Amino acid sequence: MFDVIIIGAGVTGCAAARELSRYQAEICVIDKCEDVGEGTSKANSAVIHAGFDAPAGSLMAEMNVRGNELMGPLCEELDVPFKRNGALVVCVRKDALDGLQELYDRGIANGVKGMKILNRSEALQMEPNLSESVQGALYAPSSGIICPFILTEALAENACANGVEFRLGTKAENVFRDEQGIWHIGTDKGELLSRAVVNAAGVYADVIHNMVSENKIHITPRRGEYLLLDKDAGTHVSHTIFPQPTKLGKGVLVTPTIHGNLIVGPTAQDIEDREGINTSSEGLQTITVKANEQVRNLPLRKVITSFAGLRAHEDHHEFIIGEVKDAPYFFDCAGIESPGLASSPAIGEKISLLIKEKLSLQEKKDWNPRRKGITDPRKLTMEKRNELIRKEPAYGNIICRCESVSEGEILDAIRRTPGARTLDGVKRRVRAGMGRCQAGFCSPKVMEILHRELDIPYEEITKGGKDGVIVFGRTKNVQGGEA
Amino acid sequence: MINYEIVIIGGGPAGLAAALSARKAGVENILILERDAELGGILNQCIHNGFGLHTFKEELTGPEYAWRFIERVQKENIAYRLNTMVLNISKDRIVTAMNRDEGIIQIQAGAVILAMGCRERPRGALNIPGFRPAGIFSAGTAQRLVNIEGYMPGKEVVILGSGDIGLIMARRMTLEGADVKVVAELMPYSGGLKRNIVQCLDDFNIPLKLSHTVVDIEGKDRVTAVTIAEVDENRKPVPGTEERYTCDTLLLSCGLIPENELSVNAGIELSRITNGPVVTDRLETNIPGIFACGNVLHVHDLVDFVSEEAAKAGRSAAEFVQNSTAEKQSSEPVVLKAESGVRYTVPFTVDPGTMEDLLKVCFRVGAVFRDAYVSVYFNDERVMHMKKRILSPGEMEQVILQKKKLLEYDDLKTVTIRIEAE
Amino acid sequence: MERKELTCIGCPMGCSITVELEGDEILSVSGNTCAVGDKYARTEVLHPERTVTSTVTVTGGEKQRVSVKTAGNIPKDRIEACMEAINNVSVSAPVKIGDIIIENVAGTGVSVVATKNIS
Repeated sequence: MFDVIIIGAGVTGCAAARELSRYQAEICVIDKCEDVGEGTSKANSAVIHAGFDAPAGSLMAEMNVRGNELMGPLCEELDVPFKRNGALVVCVRKDALDGLQELYDRGIANGVKGMKILNRSEALQMEPNLSESVQGALYAPSSGIICPFILTEALAENACANGVEFRLGTKAENVFRDEQGIWHIGTDKGELLSRAVVNAAGVYADVIHNMVSENKIHITPRRGEYLLLDKDAGTHVSHTIFPQPTKLGKGVLVTPTIHGNLIVGPTAQDIEDREGINTSSEGLQTITVKANEQVRNLPLRKVITSFAGLRAHEDHHEFIIGEVKDAPYFFDCAGIESPGLASSPAIGEKISLLIKEKLSLQEKKDWNPRRKGITDPRKLTMEKRNELIRKEPAYGNIICRCESVSEGEILDAIRRTPGARTLDGVKRRVRAGMGRCQAGFCSPKVMEILHRELDIPYEEITKGGKDGVIVFGRTKNVQGGEA
Repeated sequence: MINYEIVIIGGGPAGLAAALSARKAGVENILILERDAELGGILNQCIHNGFGLHTFKEELTGPEYAWRFIERVQKENIAYRLNTMVLNISKDRIVTAMNRDEGIIQIQAGAVILAMGCRERPRGALNIPGFRPAGIFSAGTAQRLVNIEGYMPGKEVVILGSGDIGLIMARRMTLEGADVKVVAELMPYSGGLKRNIVQCLDDFNIPLKLSHTVVDIEGKDRVTAVTIAEVDENRKPVPGTEERYTCDTLLLSCGLIPENELSVNAGIELSRITNGPVVTDRLETNIPGIFACGNVLHVHDLVDFVSEEAAKAGRSAAEFVQNSTAEKQSSEPVVLKAESGVRYTVPFTVDPGTMEDLLKVCFRVGAVFRDAYVSVYFNDERVMHMKKRILSPGEMEQVILQKKKLLEYDDLKTVTIRIEAE
Repeated sequence: MERKELTCIGCPMGCSITVELEGDEILSVSGNTCAVGDKYARTEVLHPERTVTSTVTVTGGEKQRVSVKTAGNIPKDRIEACMEAINNVSVSAPVKIGDIIIENVAGTGVSVVATKNIS
């Protein structure tokens, strides 16, 4: 029996796991997907919002501002690339300038530091590629960009290193509490028992919640489509550029990514399908039109891929974090839509403190807050890099040409816990296949490495999803052996 | 620092031919850097025949064509390093490369020949809506899986793009037991050879749908269906023309892009049309001593022309290191211009003083022309006028300029190639 | 009388050619715009032939497949039988370009030969 089972290995679940790993407790994270961060955490703007957007006094505002504050030290501890590049909310209509002041005031109420309202020329000086029609902008220097994959993986790895168990590819199908007060989680891999449960199930958080509570909640998958541009275009803007917000969200932003690409999106469309991460021609069209309202000359011919993600939009547009009234020892982290990524360290902190109290957990003496990231040989001096290659020749073997990723990095990604087991898992950890050829060259080579390292047959290697095999077996009726 | 007179980036057909011709011109110290485990480049996976008709007067398969060159490179004892990735080329021709055994090495080259080839346009660049499951391959990736690794990437296949690789893969997948349901082509014509349309599609009753594109991809983990639709003259899908094909695989054969990341780092100027370096008639880029040939310069349709062009780059690089051209250069090179239906020319300039006696100027047209004329103008005067029954964007065209004629012409500033109705 | 429609592969024109024939006797060829088309149509209608290229399983080699081709053209209607033979044979490394992998494949009198060296 576990002390805590966390349902969902997204950034929220992993942040909760990492914070809970400070305490003496048996903790398990389960997820229906084969890797951590396979839901909303892998398809979002990758922006750590400053916190001026959420309504003053809301939990969302509190978590965002606190999460933003925690993100710096957290990324330092976990060796996660993070940069405070600052955000600009751009006003393009004279009659909407009041809106900037409103945002500024809200930011002050929420505790956002360092904001400034810029006039037209100040804004253009800071960001020369802003639209001609810019009238002014709100500048928030604490806004940042991050790799959401690496953040989630780092939280999971650190949790793991501190004793948390991850059961991936394990889907929670039913949840109930027995007379003794023990929680039973029925999964497709058998039943798990726990004293407490954390519901961090993303777009499924309402489904899980509604299994245990009479106070029903409702989450709508809100689809957001994005365009990712080549690194050639990565310096088109240096800040994260927002339009003024509307009821549907923060609008289509344009931002550099931490890895030097440019990202444009998202759209906002409420859908039924909780797995509906398909893009649409209308959506992709909308992005191009909207993005051009704030930024001029966007080099859209440099698009290397498009994708869509789902935000877990709760009907009241508010985070639901805490113990469920009619379900003792069951804790919700529900409705975690934007700014969920920015809030994740704060959500992890809040939920772990609640659980610590409830279960009277004791701190571990040997808790290790640090995690070492995958070595990026490109950041080493030539001497250091050569030393590394002498020790581990795989670092001298380039597998992904576009992003110049070596076999050594891929092996590291596979050998970690939880490690990469799929092409997408490798891609998200070390960027092999993330570049301009989009895995055309490296996918057969990465398959070979996965086959060799994990001893899985080629026909069982997947792109990501369980049934996402790459090949259907061998050609020919007779097979030979390897030399 | 290691020194070589000529360093060639890439050991495919271009790199091999460049090395051999540089050796023939008397250069001893040549090094080929190849990122793959063997020489031959993309030819190793092009196991179909049809290569070498111009060069060897016989039809060879890709590996056989490559072997003819590899054998000679080995016989000539030209040095090459395999599994070696070039990380950077500097303006002063220092090549930084890396492999497992030596780590990072730096090589000072007297001249550099770029022969990195090209890559396929990925799905993202095509903006095809839908899911992003497994089962979407560029045709070349599928070709590698089937022909080299021996794995079947799909059983029920839809192909987008009727370039030659797409057509060839339609036949390969069919012969290996897959059901190729349809080939959709965005343009109103195929970019592939007629022979491939007949022998790769018609032979197996695979329909080719011109002016069609993919408008939706279904399947969360693996492709389960693909919808194609007809497009109008602006290449926009026409509502109501959608046809849905259940399938597990979508192959993309939607064009090739020269791979010029290294060139950009070296400060080499690229053409927005070819995506390759802007070169002189000697195939020299704007950086002195750096030459380019093959598909990194512009995408060819026949490997024979790659070999021919690469041989020229080899000769030019040899001249450069032997320092035999410098004095003869004219002050102002003649500019080659592509107009009225001609998309680009390679080379981009010609120096009548130093050019070889005959210069083949390669070009491609932007649309299909029937019974039209290829005209060449010296300044504003038409000097050549050749009738062509057909000109198509899929086929590389050539005109030949004579050194003698260029030298004779007073105050020659531009040579323009145009397509004219009469 | 039978009519067959085909596309000429002689050049990018891709003329649509119509051949009228009575049994094995060609009555007329039309639609072609040059002599190449006429010659192509006559052969293609009566004796269509193709070179087949594929791969064969290799045992004990650095690679598990070697590329192969039919050393000459075989009748088009024998392609399937030829592939059947190719799919059911394996060869031990080393293999050299030109090595005969299958003699007289599918009774065509043509051999399947290796097109790549495998050590």
